[in-house]
Amino acid sequence: MSRSDLLLKIATRTSAALSATVVLLILGFLFRDAAPALREIGLSRFLTDPSWHPLYGHFNLTPMIVATLATSLGAVILAGPLGIASGVFVHFYAPSALAAWHRRIVELLAGIPSVVFGLWGLTVLAPMIAIWGGSGQNLLTATIVLALMVLPTVAVFADNAVAAVPSESIRGAAALGVERWGIIWNIVLPQARTGIIAGVVLAMTRALGETMAVLMLAGNVVEMPTSLLSPGRTLNANIALELGYASTSHRSVLFVSGLILMLVVSLIVTAISWRRRSGQ
Amino acid sequence: MRRFLPLVLVSFLLATLCGCSDAPQSDVSGKGESNLSGKLTLTGSSTIAPLITEIARRFEELHPDLRIDVQTGGTGKGIADTRIGVADIGMASRSLKPDESDLITHQIAADGVGLIVHESNPIEGLTAEQVISIYLNQANNWNEVGGDKDEITVVHKAEGRATLEVFLKQFSIDNTRVKADVIVGENEHAIKTVAGTKNAIGYVSIGTAEADIQAGVPIRLLPLDGIEASTATVSSGEFPMSRPLNLITADEPPQTAMEFIRFCQSTGVHDLIRSNFFVPITSEPDVAQ
Amino acid sequence: MTNTSSIKTGSPRSSGHRTREYAAGIFIWFAASVVMAILAWIVVDITVRGLSQISLSYLINNVADAGRSGGIGPVILSTILILLVTLATAVPLSMASAIALTEQVGHDSLLARYIRLSLDVLSGVPSIVFGLFGNVFFTITLGLGYSILSGGLTLGCMVLPILIRTTEQAINSVPVEHRHAAAALGLSRSTTLFRVVLPAAAPALAAGIVISMGRALAETAALIFTAGYVARTPESVFDSGRSLSVHIYDLAMNVPGGGPRAYAAACVLVGMLLVINGATALLLKVAGFRIAPHFGARR
Repeated sequence: MSRSDLLLKIATRTSAALSATVVLLILGFLFRDAAPALREIGLSRFLTDPSWHPLYGHFNLTPMIVATLATSLGAVILAGPLGIASGVFVHFYAPSALAAWHRRIVELLAGIPSVVFGLWGLTVLAPMIAIWGGSGQNLLTATIVLALMVLPTVAVFADNAVAAVPSESIRGAAALGVERWGIIWNIVLPQARTGIIAGVVLAMTRALGETMAVLMLAGNVVEMPTSLLSPGRTLNANIALELGYASTSHRSVLFVSGLILMLVVSLIVTAISWRRRSGQ
Repeated sequence: MRRFLPLVLVSFLLATLCGCSDAPQSDVSGKGESNLSGKLTLTGSSTIAPLITEIARRFEELHPDLRIDVQTGGTGKGIADTRIGVADIGMASRSLKPDESDLITHQIAADGVGLIVHESNPIEGLTAEQVISIYLNQANNWNEVGGDKDEITVVHKAEGRATLEVFLKQFSIDNTRVKADVIVGENEHAIKTVAGTKNAIGYVSIGTAEADIQAGVPIRLLPLDGIEASTATVSSGEFPMSRPLNLITADEPPQTAMEFIRFCQSTGVHDLIRSNFFVPITSEPDVAQ
Repeated sequence: MTNTSSIKTGSPRSSGHRTREYAAGIFIWFAASVVMAILAWIVVDITVRGLSQISLSYLINNVADAGRSGGIGPVILSTILILLVTLATAVPLSMASAIALTEQVGHDSLLARYIRLSLDVLSGVPSIVFGLFGNVFFTITLGLGYSILSGGLTLGCMVLPILIRTTEQAINSVPVEHRHAAAALGLSRSTTLFRVVLPAAAPALAAGIVISMGRALAETAALIFTAGYVARTPESVFDSGRSLSVHIYDLAMNVPGGGPRAYAAACVLVGMLLVINGATALLLKVAGFRIAPHFGARR
């Protein structure tokens, strides 16, 4: 092994180790500040207390966990097909110029701040959804805007994944007379599956981690949502809403909710990677 | 790939070193008796931060060697930071609680809390009982409190906010009994919600509401028990709901900090307080608690 | 730039296939149009509300009256500095990590799986938790204080997952024939990497970087607690400085009467995004790469 190869080996492995450590640091930080609440209140009360009124000693997080899962899953269900379609579009359907524009648009969408999405949702989308009653600030509005926010992630991964399919597969199928959608569905998408799934997972975690836009649009009422048109509060919105004004013990409770969110994220991510492994 | 690296590094270094500062340089003819220097850090309420930033700029012009950095993060953070010394002064948009009595309060302004409805809502005003019945979900329709027939969309604040605590205290409501349709964090969120929903009702900082009404946002401030809600009535003391805007220090603050606090409490900044739609307090400074 | 519009695909052989083709085409065009239309809607909304406030002096002057008058010069400078710090930390780190994941460590080894898992979990950390973490770790523990450096480092951590994953994907999409050819020529591992694989993966790499920068530009909560709120012109990366997104948030949600200026700043932000996109495409072109990922990844 040449010296440059050795250097490469050291540099890359150290970097990878460093990258993997960041999340441990963050988890440690969350745990440190959550510990007091965990000790004094105990984990079960976070699921069984009568309601969420921390200043009155009630700490039930369940409605918020449900709202978090509902909005994130909904966002991925919407953004997934749209993102994959976007990736297929730029390679198979769009003329070169339009494909370039489409890519530019997707990149722009990725850079719009959550507060701008929130404002647009609040002033444009919510009044439209309010036709079905109330203020329009509910899980549906939040899910739609969240889908828009994670769409670029899926689209970029789909775009790159489709591009990575060897052109021989495609030309071969075309030479055999397979039509366009047949090629896409039977040849391209299966081979692009790994990349697309990586994009969907990242989109899901991004949706789970989004705070500001959801806070501005979901209604923030802590009650078990009964439909998509019910208002709801996600765990992140809760932290953002209450942290700035919380006393030390209240703060600790909020950090517990942060830990629980991380637990949910880890479970989902592990479950997906297990399924993939067994599915292969 | 390699070709870009030098370019990136160079531009990074340039940006770091150039620091084209066009910060206002006042004359060297020493304004003010003593020229303070060093750095002051304030953290806390994002409601007060814009006002303090403007006051700080004016103060920096009087003391060119002094730099004042204003950060946000919420009242709770401001208090916590002041206690451990990360901040010299904390900004709090409420009065201190009993378990915060190790800190000193210096009030610099007041801010009223008023009820708002959509501009098109014909209701003339509400009594305390009516407000309570709306928020406890006993009255669900505007025609039950003297308005047109329409559902009431109740907008409420998140726990811990000073506006919420003033509201609950005024009407002696227990927060666990409130039934809201939308819960908001910032005043602007409440205003935008009410502006976009014709049958909504909410309560916000009177100053922020007045600013937005002036800018044409379609909301109205509602009189409470016959008393109009405006910065004028808050200033005169007629209007009952208001919260103090405070600067907080630990036991022995540095002299620079005290000088700045005195400046914030002086009449010389009343124009800034008014232009940020708060109410200047006219009684003497330093309400030590 | 080739895409499969240039490959002649077959024609449907039965009415069932024909309907499928037709329906698929409609869905794809519909989906793509929705994406483009929504962005256009948002951008038009911002522009209509904010463009009138923008002028050259607006882009250069200092912030005045809590942002309701004056300009956003210092804010733009702070934003650029924050982005540079983010790039400087995240790009080398993620590229090296991605190379480790694709070339060094076995693809399915326990270590690789653990690293990918931790990155996925990292991407789920809420932005406000990143802000609080950055506040404790960078500003207090590492002693950097509220500074552009703290903000950039925090954002660097935030974009690691997406940057590493896209880089990994880009490297993996280089056809294996390239590596075989390099091996046949007797090139060392590192030479193959830097002279053959990475250049071939350049367009996809660039796409990942642009998306990450967009993500960094869009971040607000994490920066409030690290780079801070100060609207003064920063003199170095050790000074606190507010980014464009923090400025927009403050004007929209905190400062009474700050609405129109918030939209104006949002327009400037969209403008910056366009500049970044355009500059990246230009750089790629000038360096002789293809601008977009496409089949075969051949130069």
